[in-house]
Amino acid sequence: MKYTLSVLVENHPGVLSKVSGLFSRRGFNIDSLAVGVAEDPTISRMTIVVNGDEYVVEQVEKQLNKVIPVIKVKTLHNGDFISRELSLIKVSCKASQRPDVMKIAELMQARIIDVSTTCMTLEFSDTSERTETLISLLHPYGIREIVRTGTVAIEKGASTARKISI
Amino acid sequence: MINGAQIMVKCLENEGVSVVFGYPGATICPFYDALMDSSIRHILVRQEQNAAHAASGYTRSCGKPGVCIATSGPGATNLITGLATAYMDSIPLIAITGQVRSDLLGRDVFQEADITGSCEPFTKHSYLVKNTADLPRVFKEAFHIATTGRPGPVLIDIPIDIQQHELPDFTYPEKAEIIGYKPRTQGHPLQIKKALELISHSERPVICAGGGVLSSGGKRELVAFAEATGIPVVSTMMGIGVMPSEHPLYLGMLGSHGLKAANRAIHEADLLILCGARVGDRAVASPNQITEKAKVIHIDIDPAEIGKNMTVHIPIVGNIHLVLKSFNEKIHYHVSDQWTATVQEWKETLRSVPPVFEGYVEPRSFIRELSSLLPSKSIYVADVGQNQIWSANNFRTTAGRFLTTGGMGTMGYSIPAALGAKLARPTRPVLAVCGDGSFQMSMNELGTIAQNHIGVKIIVMRNVRLGMVRELQDNLYQGRHSATILDETLDFQKIAEAYGIPSQMVSNNEDAIKAAKTMLETDGAYLLICNVSPDTPSI
Repeated sequence: MKYTLSVLVENHPGVLSKVSGLFSRRGFNIDSLAVGVAEDPTISRMTIVVNGDEYVVEQVEKQLNKVIPVIKVKTLHNGDFISRELSLIKVSCKASQRPDVMKIAELMQARIIDVSTTCMTLEFSDTSERTETLISLLHPYGIREIVRTGTVAIEKGASTARKISI
Repeated sequence: MINGAQIMVKCLENEGVSVVFGYPGATICPFYDALMDSSIRHILVRQEQNAAHAASGYTRSCGKPGVCIATSGPGATNLITGLATAYMDSIPLIAITGQVRSDLLGRDVFQEADITGSCEPFTKHSYLVKNTADLPRVFKEAFHIATTGRPGPVLIDIPIDIQQHELPDFTYPEKAEIIGYKPRTQGHPLQIKKALELISHSERPVICAGGGVLSSGGKRELVAFAEATGIPVVSTMMGIGVMPSEHPLYLGMLGSHGLKAANRAIHEADLLILCGARVGDRAVASPNQITEKAKVIHIDIDPAEIGKNMTVHIPIVGNIHLVLKSFNEKIHYHVSDQWTATVQEWKETLRSVPPVFEGYVEPRSFIRELSSLLPSKSIYVADVGQNQIWSANNFRTTAGRFLTTGGMGTMGYSIPAALGAKLARPTRPVLAVCGDGSFQMSMNELGTIAQNHIGVKIIVMRNVRLGMVRELQDNLYQGRHSATILDETLDFQKIAEAYGIPSQMVSNNEDAIKAAKTMLETDGAYLLICNVSPDTPSI
C-alpha cells in the first residue's frame, strides 16, 4: 500500500539528508520524495510517498516527528487530496510514426515540447497512475529517457497541512 | 570585542557547566585557549571516546548535561562510539568538535571529517556552525534539545575560523525557540483515565520499569504507585535502581540475562505496565508471546517507542514522573492476595544457586556482599560482558545508582563513566566493575584518574577470557574458543603501580571482601583484581 505524507521542514541545508538518512536507516521504502520551498520561504515542504503497511507509515510519521527541523507531518488520506507528478518523456519516433505518437499525446493530454527527426519529447503532469499509463502507451515506440519529479500533493478544499494565521 | 571561542566558553558558563572532558587538537585550539581564562575545569582524558563516556557518567550522576570536546577528524570520529552509547541509553550530552576552516570544508584537508554527517544516526540533533553570531542561539538550543523530551546527545561542530572571528558583544538568549520541537510532558487525561480503568480490572498486573523512570525523576512516584497497589515490579537493565533491590515487590531484572521470577511474572501477567522501557530485544525476546495473554499500557516520553516493538493497548505519551503522579492521585486498586502470593513464591523458588569454584572468587556472591559494605548512595558502574550480568543481577542498593551501557553494550564504559560520576559526586563512593577484557579497553584512563586524583575504585573480574563470547562459543559454536583467550601473564598490579594506584589481587571471597574493605577505606583510586573461574556462567 502507498501512503502520501506532507512534511513541513525548516528550510535549512542538511535537513534533506536528515530525512533521507532516517528512511534508509530504519529500512523504510521511499517511492518518491519531492521537496520545494513552501508559502513561507523559511519553510520547505516535502511530499513523500512511502510503500508499506499501517505499522510502517505510523513509524515513519513518528520517526519524522523526532527530527528536530521537522515542523509538521501529515499523512494524506486517499480521496482527500490531489496529487500530481511532472514527467518529461523522450520517445523514439520516426517521421512516419509522428501522427501515432501525437494521437497518444492528445488522448492523454500530454504536451509535445520537442521534436527532432528521430525523437519526440512529451511533457506530462498528472497522477503517478496516469503517468504509468502514458509510459506503457509509449513503450512500443522505444522510450529513450524519462525524467520524473516525484509526486507532490495538496489537500482538497480549505484544509492545509499547517494551520495558517493570516 | 569577543571572539567565537570566548563566546563558546561564555555559553557553557551561562549553562552552569563546571567540568568538561576533552582532548585538544589544532582546530579546537582557539576554544582551549579561551578556556584557560574560565573557571570551568577541564579533564584531559586519554582518548576521545572516553571523554563522551566520562560526560555520560557525569550526567547520570548529577543530572546536568555532561560536555565533551574533541578536535576535528580523528578526534571527532573517536567520539562517535561514546555518542552512540549515550544515544541508545537516552543520556543528554553536549559534544563540541573543532572543524577545519569553513572555506576549506569539503576539500578533504588535513584532519577533516564530516562529523555532523557521520553522527546523524547517533545524535538527537547536530549543528555545523557557519556563522559566529549563531553560536549563542546554537548553544542554547543544544542544551534545550539534549535535556528535554527524550534526552540525548547533541553535537556542535565549529570550524576554526568561526571560533576566531570577532564580534562586538555577547548576549545569551533566555529561551530556545524551535518551531518543530515541542515535547509533550503531561499525559493525556483521557488516556490516563482509560489506563486506570484497565488497571482496576486486571488480575495479574506487572510493572516494568525502564531507564526512562530514572531520567524523568519518577523513581519515587513509581515506588509509591507499586506500594499503593501492590503491583509487582520488574526492571530492565537501564531500570536497575528504580526499586530498592530488597523491596518485597521487586522481582529483579527481566530478559535473556535476567531473573527467572521476573520473566515468569511478565509471561503470566494479564496486564503489563511499561514505564519508560523500550522493549529491547534483550529484555523481551518475543513480545508477541506476552501480548497473547496481556494487555499493555505503555508510558513513554517518546511516541515513537510506543508500538515500535510491542503491540500497545493504551499508549500514554508523557513524562513518567508526571503521569505516575496523576496515577497516584487517582488510583483505588490493590492486587489480589493470590497474585501477590504467586509472585512471592516464584521469587523464592526460582533462584539459582551459583556454583563455587575452589581457588577463585565467586563473583555473584561477592557482588552481593560488596553491596552491603557500600553506603546507600554509592554509584556503581558496570561494564559489559559477563561482569555486567553478574553486577545487574547481584548489586543491591536502596538509594544508589547503577550505571551501565544497556543499549549499545560498549566495552570499556565503566572506568571513564566512573571517573565522570566521581567528579559529579565527589563525596560518594564510585565503583567501576569490569572484566579483564573491558579493563584493557580503557585502562589508559588510569592516567586521567591518577593525574587528576579522582578517587574511583576499580574492580576487575579477571577470568583471562572474553567470558561472554566464550560462553556463546560454548553454547552455540561447539566450544571452539576463537579469539577469546587473553594473556595470563599480564600483571595488572604492575600497571596500577606505574600510575601510583594501590592494588590487590585476590582469589577467594573471604580475601575479596577483606580487600574490598581496605579499598573502601583507602583514600583515592584503588584497583582490586578478583580472579574468577573461566567456567563461572553469566547467570
